[in-house]
Amino acid sequence: MSNTHTATAAGIRTSESYYLKEEHHPENGTMLGFWMYLMSDCLLFAMLFAAYGVLGRHYAAGPSGADLFDLKLVAVNTAFLLLSSITYGFAMLAMHSKRLGKTLFWLGITGIFGLAFLSLEIYEFVHLIHEGAGPQRSAFLTSFFALVGTHGLHVTFGTIWLVTLMFQLKKHGLVPENKRRMNCLSLFWHFLDVVWIGVFTFVYLMGTLV
Amino acid sequence: MSEHFDLSKMIFGRLSWEAIPYHEPILIFTFIGVILGGIVVVGALSYFKLWGPLWRNWITSIDHKKIGIMYMILGLVMFVRGFADALMMRGQQALSFGDNMGYLPPHHYDQVFTAHGVIMIFFFAMPIVTGLMNYIVPLQIGARDVSFPFLNNFSFWMTASGAALVMVSLFVGEFAKTGWLAYPPLSGIMQSPDVGVDYYIWALQIAGVGTLLSGVNLIVTIIKMRAPGMTMMKMPVFTWTALCTNILIVAAFPILTAVLAMLSCDRYLDTNFFTSDLGGSAMLYVNLIWIWGHPEVYILVLPVFGIFSEVVATFCKKRLFGYTSMVYATVVITILSYIVWLHHFFTMGAGASVNSFFGISTMIISIPTGAKLFNWLFTMYHGRIRFELPMVWTVGFMVTFVIGGMTGVMLAVPAADFVLHNSLFLIAHFHNVIIGGVVFGAFAAINYWFPKAFGFKLDYKWGLASFWFWFVGFWVAFTPLYVLGFMGVTRRMSHFDDPSLQIWFQIAAVGGLLVALGIACFFIQIGVSFMNRKKLADVTGDPWDGRTLEWSTSSPPPDYNFAFTPVVHEQDAWFDMKKNGFKRPTEGFIAIHMPKNTGAGFILAMISAAIGFALIWHMWLPVIVCFAALIAAVIIHTFNYNRDYHIPADEVVAVENERTRLLSSHV
Repeated sequence: MSNTHTATAAGIRTSESYYLKEEHHPENGTMLGFWMYLMSDCLLFAMLFAAYGVLGRHYAAGPSGADLFDLKLVAVNTAFLLLSSITYGFAMLAMHSKRLGKTLFWLGITGIFGLAFLSLEIYEFVHLIHEGAGPQRSAFLTSFFALVGTHGLHVTFGTIWLVTLMFQLKKHGLVPENKRRMNCLSLFWHFLDVVWIGVFTFVYLMGTLV
Repeated sequence: MSEHFDLSKMIFGRLSWEAIPYHEPILIFTFIGVILGGIVVVGALSYFKLWGPLWRNWITSIDHKKIGIMYMILGLVMFVRGFADALMMRGQQALSFGDNMGYLPPHHYDQVFTAHGVIMIFFFAMPIVTGLMNYIVPLQIGARDVSFPFLNNFSFWMTASGAALVMVSLFVGEFAKTGWLAYPPLSGIMQSPDVGVDYYIWALQIAGVGTLLSGVNLIVTIIKMRAPGMTMMKMPVFTWTALCTNILIVAAFPILTAVLAMLSCDRYLDTNFFTSDLGGSAMLYVNLIWIWGHPEVYILVLPVFGIFSEVVATFCKKRLFGYTSMVYATVVITILSYIVWLHHFFTMGAGASVNSFFGISTMIISIPTGAKLFNWLFTMYHGRIRFELPMVWTVGFMVTFVIGGMTGVMLAVPAADFVLHNSLFLIAHFHNVIIGGVVFGAFAAINYWFPKAFGFKLDYKWGLASFWFWFVGFWVAFTPLYVLGFMGVTRRMSHFDDPSLQIWFQIAAVGGLLVALGIACFFIQIGVSFMNRKKLADVTGDPWDGRTLEWSTSSPPPDYNFAFTPVVHEQDAWFDMKKNGFKRPTEGFIAIHMPKNTGAGFILAMISAAIGFALIWHMWLPVIVCFAALIAAVIIHTFNYNRDYHIPADEVVAVENERTRLLSSHV
């Protein structure tokens, strides 16, 4: 594109300097677009955190976090999710070294960790509801279930996406489209990790402080 | 305990024949009208065998220009609906005094004012603004389309689905009776157990997804797809305002999504976000919804500022005065719009310090806005002004908007707000800025860019009539509301006892009728222009002696917008090209890479609308089936790897030769 900024000596530009003779290839915007979407998703979580911040101590004479949370269980769950981020990282490394089988293997492991996380979370929710501490009990529990549940929903959709992507990788291999999708899911998966660290800290750790 | 499994309840939920308002004559006549109109349209499409072309060229189109036009049509159709609501309110308030109860019972009146607000903001102003950005931005930056053409189509159909749900609520069930922001506890399940609020929630949620995605799309388009040489500070001002608006969209709409999701949890799952007992907080809702709601008004008005900037520069034949300050003013407004939301409820009781902060930050917004006005005035100063229609609307805007801005600063004073809160003064103020700003801007834009989109100018005489009816009608309709507001009359009343107020409402009703004439003139203007399209034709592609790149291509532009991607050297790129005697290249055309049409967006949006409808009526089985279908459809769509094609060079040559012929035959 050396011809794009040429001007004649008099400072008057020629007609040729006003257009490209070859096809213009703007940079692909998918990663930027996906990042923008993630930031909007982040705001969604911000609102849920805000609601939790306002309502988190409104127990309505019901149980508090200190009464309910089983920190050991949540610690195990956190470990599952953090490990799944590491294994996704291994899948990305395998993708960069162009090894499809290894990529699929690590994606599979990531998915299993994701499912383990979800199972434990569902167990926790069912347990709480059985104890009479469902989302209807108090504003604290409403905002707790909404925040943690929304995160869980995201992990669920991430897992569906991950499985879909594994089929697509099998079918088309490591083509540019699939690499792009791997990158997007990678951002999404790590993002959920970051949100979870917020949840773990603000909801569980600080919630058990009396 | 053992409630037996009721299949018809699972399928139909609470929907029954009761839901059809056959005892409301106004609705029944409207319904018959809509059905007859629908039959005519369907009949005409079948008779002229247009279903195929409609599907191939429009519904499945991913061309930003066609999507832009569809947004505009959607906006104008909903505008007529929203305006009908407005006239009904003006009529009711002019009549309903003393023993006369008017013709709208309170439960109907409440739906009318709610629908009016929701429709005008979400389904008139938003589609118009989004449609203009969709059409104009890629042309102004010299791109072939937006970054994600499929998403663009999907976004449009989601917006249309939301609008469709609002329209359905007219004839099946009812709409919310809560006012356009549906504050709890009134919008909670205890006070509003029927479907109205659910229509509101799902219509906005579905349309909101579309808006958010189109925001992402346009930001990426503007950042990544500008023609070579067009640095940020060489972008046309409309593109700058579009960028800021879309940043606001991405930063604001998730908040609306979240807060409406919380409200629906309260309504569907008996949770306690905003309930009055068990620790819920209704003020949380009011805060959250205005954290979206205030940026929303800037989402609407910023692109309009961009439109006026383009119009003023073009019709004064001068470079825009203070381009840089214009850009910075826009960015500053973008940021400030986030820290003023509390001025919508100074009376909440947040205390003097909080109220002062938000009062002052609100007043500060008038500084960059004032800078913009002075920039437009200085552009006109010593300019060679042509009072074509877009310029007429612009001058009308400047006069009207300044007054609306001043009453806004009055409301920004917390102490004054305690008197004026929720009064008709507030109603007059925000109509003053939204009509004077967004609506006038929309008409300026339509008159300005219509020849670009359709290849002929709009009729001047009818356009001028439309402007004067609007301008005078607006002031006749809303000045009485300022007066009534000072007298302490509150909003959303369907009946009054004090007969001394009636005259003011009668004057306002006359104003409403004048505006109706303005709208009629606008549609006549389009009809007349269509009949005279040969005489009004624009063969050059540059009917106004424009300054930006959209005027460098033909009217209407070819599918690919530009045969060769333009290279930009200065602001006002097309003006610079003309100044340097640019000769349009007539050979050397190459094949052009373009995205392919797809029906996926339409299908996904229709399934979403079905989910919305089923959720509103508690039809749980259809909800589950449609949701599974939605997930399946999304997954199937992602297996489509074949999404683009090339327009062969021959075809480009044919189109461009035709243009060469046209241009030379009209020199």
